[in-house]
Amino acid sequence: MTAATGIGARVLRTEDKRFLTGTGRYVDDLPLARATYAYFLRSPHAHAKIKKLDISAAAKMSGVVNIFTGKDLVDAKVGGLICGWVVKDKHGEPHKAPPHPVMAVDTVRYVGDTVAMVVANSYDEAKDAAEAIKVDYDVQPANIDLAKSFDKGAPQVHPEAPGNLIYDWEIGVKADVEAAFAKAAHVTKLDLINNRLIPNAMEPRAAAAEYDKGTGNYTLWSTSQNPHVLRLILSAFVLGIPEHKLRVVAPDVGGGFGSKIFCYADETMVCWAASRVGRPIKWTAERSESFQTDCHGRDHVTHAELALDKDGKFLALKVETIANMGAYLSTFSTAVPTYLYATLLAGQYTTPLIYANVKAALTHTAPVDAYRGAGRPEATFVVESIVSKAAAEMKIDPAELRRKNFIPSTAFPYQTPVALQYDSGNYPPIIDEAMKMADYKGFEARRAEAKSRGKLRGIGFSSYIEACGLAPSQVVGSLGAGVGQWESAQIKFNPTGNVQVMTGAHSHGQSHETTFAQIIHDKLGVPMDQIEIVHGDTATTPFGMGSYGSRSLAVGGSAIVKATEKIIAKGKKVAAHLMEAAVADVEFENGTFKVTGTDKNVPLAQVVFAAYVPHNYPLAEVEPGMDENAFYDPANFVYPAGTQICELEIDPDTGTTEIVNFTAIDDFGNIINPMIVEGQVHGGIVQGVGQALMEGAVYDKSTGQLISGSYMDYTMPRADNFPSFKLGYKVTPCPHNPLGVKGCGEAGAIASPAAVMNAVHNALAPVGVKHVEMPATPLNVWQSIKGAQRQAAE
Amino acid sequence: MYDFTYHRPKSVADAVKLLKDKPEARAMSGGMTLIPTLKQRLARPSDVVDLGAVKELSGIKIEGANVVIGGMTKHADVATSADVKAAIPALAHLAGHIGDPQVRNRGTIGGSVANNDPAADYPGAVVALNATVTTNSRKIPADEFFKGLFETALADGELITSISFPKAEKAAYMKFPNPASRYAMVGVFVAKTASGVRVAVTGAGGCVFRVKAMEDALAKNFSSAAIKDINIPADGLNSDIHGSAEYRAHLVGVMARRAVDAANK
Amino acid sequence: MSISVAMTVNGKAVSGKVEARTLLVQFLREHLGMTGTHVGCDTSQCGACVVDVDGKSVKSCTILAVQAEGSKVITIEGLAESPDKLHPMQEAFRENHALQCGFCTPGMVMSAIDMVKRHNYQLDEATVRRELEGNLCRCTGYHNIVKAILAAAPAMKSAGV
Repeated sequence: MTAATGIGARVLRTEDKRFLTGTGRYVDDLPLARATYAYFLRSPHAHAKIKKLDISAAAKMSGVVNIFTGKDLVDAKVGGLICGWVVKDKHGEPHKAPPHPVMAVDTVRYVGDTVAMVVANSYDEAKDAAEAIKVDYDVQPANIDLAKSFDKGAPQVHPEAPGNLIYDWEIGVKADVEAAFAKAAHVTKLDLINNRLIPNAMEPRAAAAEYDKGTGNYTLWSTSQNPHVLRLILSAFVLGIPEHKLRVVAPDVGGGFGSKIFCYADETMVCWAASRVGRPIKWTAERSESFQTDCHGRDHVTHAELALDKDGKFLALKVETIANMGAYLSTFSTAVPTYLYATLLAGQYTTPLIYANVKAALTHTAPVDAYRGAGRPEATFVVESIVSKAAAEMKIDPAELRRKNFIPSTAFPYQTPVALQYDSGNYPPIIDEAMKMADYKGFEARRAEAKSRGKLRGIGFSSYIEACGLAPSQVVGSLGAGVGQWESAQIKFNPTGNVQVMTGAHSHGQSHETTFAQIIHDKLGVPMDQIEIVHGDTATTPFGMGSYGSRSLAVGGSAIVKATEKIIAKGKKVAAHLMEAAVADVEFENGTFKVTGTDKNVPLAQVVFAAYVPHNYPLAEVEPGMDENAFYDPANFVYPAGTQICELEIDPDTGTTEIVNFTAIDDFGNIINPMIVEGQVHGGIVQGVGQALMEGAVYDKSTGQLISGSYMDYTMPRADNFPSFKLGYKVTPCPHNPLGVKGCGEAGAIASPAAVMNAVHNALAPVGVKHVEMPATPLNVWQSIKGAQRQAAE
Repeated sequence: MYDFTYHRPKSVADAVKLLKDKPEARAMSGGMTLIPTLKQRLARPSDVVDLGAVKELSGIKIEGANVVIGGMTKHADVATSADVKAAIPALAHLAGHIGDPQVRNRGTIGGSVANNDPAADYPGAVVALNATVTTNSRKIPADEFFKGLFETALADGELITSISFPKAEKAAYMKFPNPASRYAMVGVFVAKTASGVRVAVTGAGGCVFRVKAMEDALAKNFSSAAIKDINIPADGLNSDIHGSAEYRAHLVGVMARRAVDAANK
Repeated sequence: MSISVAMTVNGKAVSGKVEARTLLVQFLREHLGMTGTHVGCDTSQCGACVVDVDGKSVKSCTILAVQAEGSKVITIEGLAESPDKLHPMQEAFRENHALQCGFCTPGMVMSAIDMVKRHNYQLDEATVRRELEGNLCRCTGYHNIVKAILAAAPAMKSAGV
């Protein structure tokens, strides 16, 4: 296809014009006639019994239409929210599954737990009335400190999960790993915390719903990353509305990062109440509500040990992790610290033996689930931190130690000891390129120069691997997933030759409307302006699994390719008829069907027209119409890999860290649109640096109040926290999908926390600091330096 | 936000009358603190008296050895004023680093000083420069104005009309911002004026305070070396997830030294 | 309390009845149906709601509608001459891929235009980054936003806007 617009081209985005002119349409923008507005009363306590809930005064307030409580849902036999992934523990038992009522009935379990829904003529009136609801709470002790969750006497979150334990899970053979440790020349030990994060998509979660009394149909607009999955959960498990009577629309969605995958209480309530209220209902979270009720991410406490031989070859890795689930199990929460975490602990290395034990804990905090990278950033942080620590301890250059242990390019497909089979990769050229771009050789001179200015300069590596493109259905099914992980596509030509492409993937910033159109343009030769990518509406798109886990292109894009193949196959039959040739002699190129070896040809648009106006058409053999569906189930995950190098300076007087240089070289396989890929990497890096240096969800350890509950206290990365980034690519195409692509959405966030923290540790080593936890805030760094000074003085 | 009755008086006299007549009324200057407070339903005034139309409250004048800034003068106007830049560049610098550009376009000096948020920047300048706060009824010296956490000498219904800053021989403000909110976690304003050397600290405690030991040392020798061994006790300083009291105490020293260095440039 | 309010939005005279507590952003979105201006936080920090009021960049979530009485307001909807002729800043955002989900974009673009004008069309990277203090973006990592603004400054100058 034309190099300017096809696969590999830097094509400007189709979606930009509406976003740039204020004509995007997000959930809160919907004009719904006669709409009512919902406000949710949330629990102010981390753990309390509801002794009495009195809505009588509130119900009489101005503008109030209806008030619902947990009891109404019990009476209506509404099911609870579900966890869709059954993880079996080390004894083969399914995880503990405590109930998750949509609204609290007799107990609240975190600050923000939903207590009542007020529906009123305006949002302010709903909020006014919510303040008049009288709740008599009997406050109970709360389990907030993750590391102490299993202690005797820790407050219990659910009776169904004694000792707050959801599962005690393991992978690998412990005895083999212990034997390898016994023979090790060197063992590096590391305790670390993967800090709890709050996703903070800039568009707060929102929902709106409408019920059509005549047809009995519900329409739910939701800020969802996966409208079909949301509909499936609501229909099959929660509300019992038949799937064909519920339409879920996710229009323009302002970022997700995982937090909009899950089925939440508020959107469930908005949908359920729409038929009871008899008018449309709108709800949009306030930001402080998002802080309290969006699923949080990460939150692990980990101990890791790496065994090495005398030359620095990795012999074995063992990892023990406690993972926070929060107060209830969110939609995919159980899978994140197991199959999306421990299976990544091989990293880019030939570590022959790995054992990981993960215990999932309940706490009186907001539910924790997938957040950009979901498990893989946590794993990368463990692996890349301990590798750098081992390098420092053994006085081996950190790049050299990595190179020594890289899986060689000749070893692919490579079976790791933790279940995954890496399909492709070539790691040494990546780190070489990164070191060149980052001028690693010149670092010591720059460190010396910084020192002369009183600054501590450090450099850190992170060579990450991730498994994305979620996911081969039978693999994840065998591991407990409740759904398939294929993706769908429908290519629907119109008689006039333009085309609508429905995808089950959902774009909330990822640029599908451009990237997917490039694929169609490339494969079918349709001009870009004749292609419309349609997504996010269960009424108009085939059932799809949505967007998360860097899957849209690798899985959704592959489904589109499959559908183009069907279009071409059918088109060939029609074209053969039109050109009076044998089907076997027809070829398709650049949007035109040709008879091989002749100048006979017919453009696709003409074939499409013939298919819809089949006057001269092989009706006996071929159906009319040009409309093809495809479903693509990947053969394996895809395995992007790369190396990031972070260089930073610390001001020891204040503890402030400034990133001065940041390099990322990635292998995402083939690239459809480099501009879009770079944008994904930039955003990912900043979120990862946010985790490393700035962001941290902090609950008061005794009361369970969310202290970092607004932008006043939760540090969001801002423009002046960063330099411009240096990016580059190496390409080893994915061997098992038709585009040869891997995923790029999460890589930046997966790799960067380790790159930054390795640089922080490198910078602080000369002043005796051994370990700094994330986020390495100025306070945290300063205290670490102080601590080291005190220790040195003793 | 709870609803309220809105007033937009055109003169100080009318504004003062409204505030005196309505005991639950609140004056609003730029609204950069009041509106967020109302949005969070942390206050429930019966009436809001918007000072936005009171023209006499805005403007910057040089009066002899003083820079006089009207109470409703926006941070952006102070930051870009040629008069302020020439007379007290540190004050323009301070104003140019309050909040973000949008806040600076609305927020006012009078609002900031009257609110006396412990993390606000202006109180540091008012105290260090030994400014005089003029209200509709009197003049209040800086040292008598700030009384404690969100507390000032202003009586109910009393409005700041202007603040008069004596020109400084040397002055600088150094702020260590809270990483999340970007408010001052510690801000130190150091000034050498006709009335002597003053060191005022904002952000660190419940209210702006002076550091006598530093002032004395700097009076003898206005250099950062003169204060390098002066430590601030952590007792009573603010403590939160971004800064312990001990850390803040340490930062007061660092920011003070950097401010002195900047003032000497 | 219901108050009449009138102002000019994107060159058009508009009016309506609001409560005293109605914010300018609510007036724009709910009364006028101009939903291009967004609300991303409740503490006046994210900047998704930035508009221009009488030539000054302000956060429309932190100004009452009644305070804008008689003002000239410009929003994201008022920038492009036509759907095919974007403002140079909008064009630069597009050319530099300075937006992903689009939610922060209206405020980003409005702040960016104000920034360029205040700095007399002359900006460097450090200044742009510092001046973006009041605008949060979770998608782009700011890299391409900074690039776009630096590219737009001379473009705005030559276009005379």
